Amino acid sequence: MSVDAPARTLNVALVGNPNTGKSTLFNALSGIRQKTGNYPGVTVEKKHGAFTHNGQKVELIDLPGTYSLAPRSPDEMVTVDVLLGRQAQEAKPNAVLVIVDASNLERNLYIVSQVKELGLPTVVALNMGDIAQDKGISVDVAKLEQRLGVPVVATLAHRRGGLDQLRDTIVSLLDRESVPVESPFPEEFCDKVGQLHTKLQQHDPQATRYLAERLLLDTSGYLEQELTSGGQELHSWIVESRNQLAELGQPVPAIEAISRYQWVQGVLDGIVTREATRKVTWSDRIDRILTNRIGGSLFFIFIMTLMFQAVFSDLVAGNLMEYIEGFFEIIGGFVDASLADGALKSLLIDGVIAGVGGVLVFLPQICILFFFIAILEDCGYLSRAAYLMDRLFSKIGLSGKSFIPLLSSFACAIPGIMAARVIENRRDRLITILVAPLMSCSARMPVYVLLTAAFIPDETYGGVLSLHTLVMLSMYLLGIVAAVGVAFVLRRTILPGETPPFVMELPSYKFPSITGVLLVMVEKGWAFVKRAGTLIFAMTVIVWALSYFPRNEEAVTAPFADEIAQLETQREEANKEQAAQIDERLAEINNQIDGQLLRSSFLGMAGHWIEPVVKPLGWDWKIGSAAIASFPAREVIISTMGVLYNLGGDEDEESAPLRDTIKGAKWEGTDRNVFNVPVALSIMVFFALCAQCAATLAVIKRETNSWGWPIFTFVYMTVLAYVGALITYQVSAAIMLG
Amino acid sequence: MSKLSQLAVGQEAVIASIDATNVAAVRLMEMGMTPGSSVKMIGSAPFGDPLEVEIRGYHLSLRKTEADLVELVS
Repeated sequence: MSVDAPARTLNVALVGNPNTGKSTLFNALSGIRQKTGNYPGVTVEKKHGAFTHNGQKVELIDLPGTYSLAPRSPDEMVTVDVLLGRQAQEAKPNAVLVIVDASNLERNLYIVSQVKELGLPTVVALNMGDIAQDKGISVDVAKLEQRLGVPVVATLAHRRGGLDQLRDTIVSLLDRESVPVESPFPEEFCDKVGQLHTKLQQHDPQATRYLAERLLLDTSGYLEQELTSGGQELHSWIVESRNQLAELGQPVPAIEAISRYQWVQGVLDGIVTREATRKVTWSDRIDRILTNRIGGSLFFIFIMTLMFQAVFSDLVAGNLMEYIEGFFEIIGGFVDASLADGALKSLLIDGVIAGVGGVLVFLPQICILFFFIAILEDCGYLSRAAYLMDRLFSKIGLSGKSFIPLLSSFACAIPGIMAARVIENRRDRLITILVAPLMSCSARMPVYVLLTAAFIPDETYGGVLSLHTLVMLSMYLLGIVAAVGVAFVLRRTILPGETPPFVMELPSYKFPSITGVLLVMVEKGWAFVKRAGTLIFAMTVIVWALSYFPRNEEAVTAPFADEIAQLETQREEANKEQAAQIDERLAEINNQIDGQLLRSSFLGMAGHWIEPVVKPLGWDWKIGSAAIASFPAREVIISTMGVLYNLGGDEDEESAPLRDTIKGAKWEGTDRNVFNVPVALSIMVFFALCAQCAATLAVIKRETNSWGWPIFTFVYMTVLAYVGALITYQVSAAIMLG
Repeated sequence: MSKLSQLAVGQEAVIASIDATNVAAVRLMEMGMTPGSSVKMIGSAPFGDPLEVEIRGYHLSLRKTEADLVELVS
């Protein structure tokens, strides 16, 4: 090789089974040099990393954890497309790094057998040797390398063991351009694959042998639709070939698993030794308790309670949230002091700081929730949770795998919807995404807290059960019941289909990797901050503009001008006590002016316009326009009501004045109270069920890659919220008000 | 012939065949449930479904309807 040969980048694809420490290895190899994104058209996460070793640059592509390279859906197709260099905007990998679990080699070598058929230089990382040792399993690495015909490096990814040797080996692959394809299939089968490959190449010269083999094996018809133009001649040939193979005792698709596992057994023969009596590992012992009918259920309830306590208690999240609020108060105060009154100041304080700050306040809760979920996932408990919950979820046509996304949605629907990626079945994932926003997220809490505290009598039953808790709890239950109902209906109407299999590995328990957990937490937290800085920011500015313009300050202020001038003169000569009174009166006037301005803003006009629609819910125009204003985020209703009921915009749910003022609010021109228990309940039910969260709708758009689903979600949830609030108001008003 | 779904907790048996016409069966075979391999019943979830079995040295959960596809050597 000449000295000035251009430096070539080595592109390495990382594949392997789930629960093998694949992401830990990816993180350990690439450090913080990572980029994540989405492949277009599917919900597969795209993860890139890079490292430089001995002057050689290596680009890593982390592919989703999978047990097999048999594509049966668009999502699974992405992995195969990347490996074969068919994925647009992605360089064809020069090499493949397969990570395998040393304690579970038999099943892990299945995918190695598939990778070897791709004909790419390959290196195997033999991970989790420590767990294998605990199980009494030892592997002869040198012999394994010899039998596989590819380099094998023992690694302990969570302790960064063996990484240097692995990097050396990866870099050494650069000199190997290609390797012969090795197939474990019987000869007759290979012949058929060869013939099919030739046929495919007549249509598409780029067609690979691997895809021809997959086409022959895929009886579901997915690949035939994907790869061929549906020619009848080719289809008949494939069907005929399968029949011939079946007669030879090589039935498709069973022949694949049979051949590959036979090959695996040949490779492992004599190189894996187990202790004579199988050790009962601590993982087995823990599992006996955690999946036990009674013990398992109790532990499940305990761990869920613990998690929600951590997310909602003041101890951790509450204090952090106060710091964030304090931070925005300081910035707000600074802006207030340094800018003159006017549109810009209002935009910054009432729009940007109130809006974006109001959302960023939830960052600690989101981080804590992800911290917990990452730990539970890393140690292997989440799949047990899915196992325990599967029966309940299968009743509504979903599987236990929907449990995790729905659980996350109690903190925030956004991470919940993103967590739905763990569900392989497209229809199940879609239903889970569509009902996730019905879970009462942390943004509903302020609404529930304010209205419950103001209107629900503080009664306690049997000394323990308070009516307040009961009302709050029923709002959470309402969301769950609605989600169950909607999922049930969707499954039977627009998203029908066969129940997908629930075949899931229950991995051995292991200690979670702290760096991995923290990395997940930081990554998700940062994604949330980015959203708050972009989409929520934009929406906030729009709503602010609608509530600020058209602004005829002079006309609104004129009736009060004399009084203000008078008060200001009085104040100069007043004593301390009088001054305080005057200030109070001035503040009152200011609030009235603010309220009047809002009433004449676009938002206020919209509120008047929709009053006939919201009247049957027991709402006046102010609640109506507050509901419109809270489209970007539910919690906006609190500050909007504050402004509308003449209080100034920075009220929060704890503030007694807002509580008292809405208690005393009258229908315009009458002395009838706006708020009573039925109205409060109707608002709570509306917010429990509505889709008032632009960020959630945006993330549904991103995850489903279509505008149709977020629009559908918005429409169905708004209808549900309206009908729910209507029934709540009419029924409770009939009972309570006679 | 008995089915995997009928295996008692703690019992071990050898797989005779799998109904390969079912989509779930392909998945089961990929996960190592091939004719000739031995499988052990570990237990079931609180409501009796899904089941937890041991196959090729690891634990796998599957629903009863899927375990019905697996015939055992008696």
